[in-house]
Amino acid sequence: MVPLWMYLLVAAALFCIGAYGVLSRRNAVAILMSVELMLNAVNINLIAFWRYLTPQNMSGQAFAAFVFVIAAAEAAVGLAIIISVYRSRRSVVVEDVNLLKG
Amino acid sequence: MGEFNFLQSLPAIAPEIGLTIMAIVVLFLDLYLPESQRRNIAIVTGVGLFATALLYLLLWFPTLTEPEGLGALAGLYWGGMVRHDTLAQIFKTTVLCAGALTALMTIDVRGLGRKGEFYLVVIVATLGGTLIAGASDLIMVFLGLETMTIPLYVLAAFRRDDKRSAESGMKYFLFGSFASAILLYGLSLLYGFTGQTSLQGIAAYLGSDAFSANAFPVLVAMTLIVVGFGFKISAAPFHFWTPDVYEGAPTPVTAFLSVASKAASFALVVRFLLMVFPIEIVIDNQLLSSNLVINGQSIPDFWVNLAAVLAVISMTLGNVIALVQKNIKRLLAYSSIAQAGYTLIGVAAMKAAPETAIAAIGFYMLMYTFSNLLAFAVIVLFSEATGSETIADLGGLSRRSPWLALMMTIALLSLGGVPPAAGFFGKFFLFQAAVEANLVWLAIVAVLNAIIGLFYYLTIIKVMYVDHSPYEEREIAVSRPLAWVLGIAALAVIVLGTFAVQPVFDWALRSAASLFT
Repeated sequence: MVPLWMYLLVAAALFCIGAYGVLSRRNAVAILMSVELMLNAVNINLIAFWRYLTPQNMSGQAFAAFVFVIAAAEAAVGLAIIISVYRSRRSVVVEDVNLLKG
Repeated sequence: MGEFNFLQSLPAIAPEIGLTIMAIVVLFLDLYLPESQRRNIAIVTGVGLFATALLYLLLWFPTLTEPEGLGALAGLYWGGMVRHDTLAQIFKTTVLCAGALTALMTIDVRGLGRKGEFYLVVIVATLGGTLIAGASDLIMVFLGLETMTIPLYVLAAFRRDDKRSAESGMKYFLFGSFASAILLYGLSLLYGFTGQTSLQGIAAYLGSDAFSANAFPVLVAMTLIVVGFGFKISAAPFHFWTPDVYEGAPTPVTAFLSVASKAASFALVVRFLLMVFPIEIVIDNQLLSSNLVINGQSIPDFWVNLAAVLAVISMTLGNVIALVQKNIKRLLAYSSIAQAGYTLIGVAAMKAAPETAIAAIGFYMLMYTFSNLLAFAVIVLFSEATGSETIADLGGLSRRSPWLALMMTIALLSLGGVPPAAGFFGKFFLFQAAVEANLVWLAIVAVLNAIIGLFYYLTIIKVMYVDHSPYEEREIAVSRPLAWVLGIAALAVIVLGTFAVQPVFDWALRSAASLFT
């Protein structure tokens, strides 16, 4: 059986890729995708911990299910906001969205 | 946890049930009310939220007068998902009042006031805030935070015709979802080390012999979680979204964002730090350990230092940058960062002086909510009448609308900490907690910061009373609901600063005791 640390390593790598994406991408949709990567890393963590450490206790699996639902809600709201920005400025590049500063 | 008793469990989530009903009612009103009566939606929402807060307090009324607070009623409910105790009581009331005042102050705002869905989203965000205040399980913590934050993204971007609102919503969403993901990764690690999702279960496991790993991964998880919380309470250095979002969002939304989201998150910070990384671990009425120490590293010491550092950075940065702001909403954004810094002093003092510190945090958030909402209500009226949010344009406000200028003065004096407004006692209790906890240096830094803060608050008062502006001739019409908002908030600020100090602080003092029953 694949040891637990391998799953955790994959999750940590995925989390770091996501975090790097958020910090380096300029397109709002790409940032949203990177955030989703980070949430998926969390899900791998939760499910792996659940399966290896406490398979008798369902709370880890329930937690992962809630993360799915929230991630979907977040993506729906986020895309709606990005579309509304695109309608007013014809761009979703974060650097072009810069009316507010000071 | 005991046996599940449906009727006994209901009061623990009474406000949440009330809010759900309200949300459905508002949804139907939005569908069926004709255009001419749509103003009533705001009034229904505002009065309904106030009624929920009042009913919630009355439901637990005997417990308010009892010396030991909630007594036997405090504890875990709904399968350990929520806790009911005085801490939850204070913060739920705060969030409900914030929601009610926000709904009432939106009533005449162009593009928002007559939209039923705006109030619906405000109610859902309030629901999230109340859930957070009682959350005692990792799943509930996450669910509550997102139930509050996702509607707030929508609210910030609510004005689709305004480019600045859309931009504010997008920035809030991008930073917010990033912070949520970081927080969630911390929570997943915490679950992984302990195999538990209940906050008490985690603490018991970390303190027991069963946990044999070293302290490092626990500290990593805690740091990730504190980063997530730091974002929600807009503490520096996680504050960078705050000024832009506050400036761009519609003014009532900024008001709600600055108080409800902050108060609910502070309730969570207090509960989370004290329950997961506790100063005392008591299992079955036996003191297991008086300090959570893993491999020679004291975990509570770590969060005390973290909170102290965040407090100093937030206060100093918030106050210094606020000095040069020209936009009133932006100024209040930096001021709110500084206020988060003051409150974090209480968090840092929580280890050595838990009772005073928790009570001080509760009192500070309650008075901050009313003070800040009062200031924002005046700004809503002013910017609706003039279309301007610049501080210089407030010139001559005392001559055109003396009452509004007086209200703004009360709010600013309270935020600055001048008696008889409530802010004085708010700051006094926090500094007292810091001194009790042997953090005198932190109290001194805070006092110096309060002086800087006073300078820019007084500058605005000077502009209102002495300076002149081109808008000076036009009077600002105050409709009746807005007058109510101003009256209630101003009354609360004054009463909390004078003869209600003792009872409210006593109420808050019970929250520390009820936290561990």
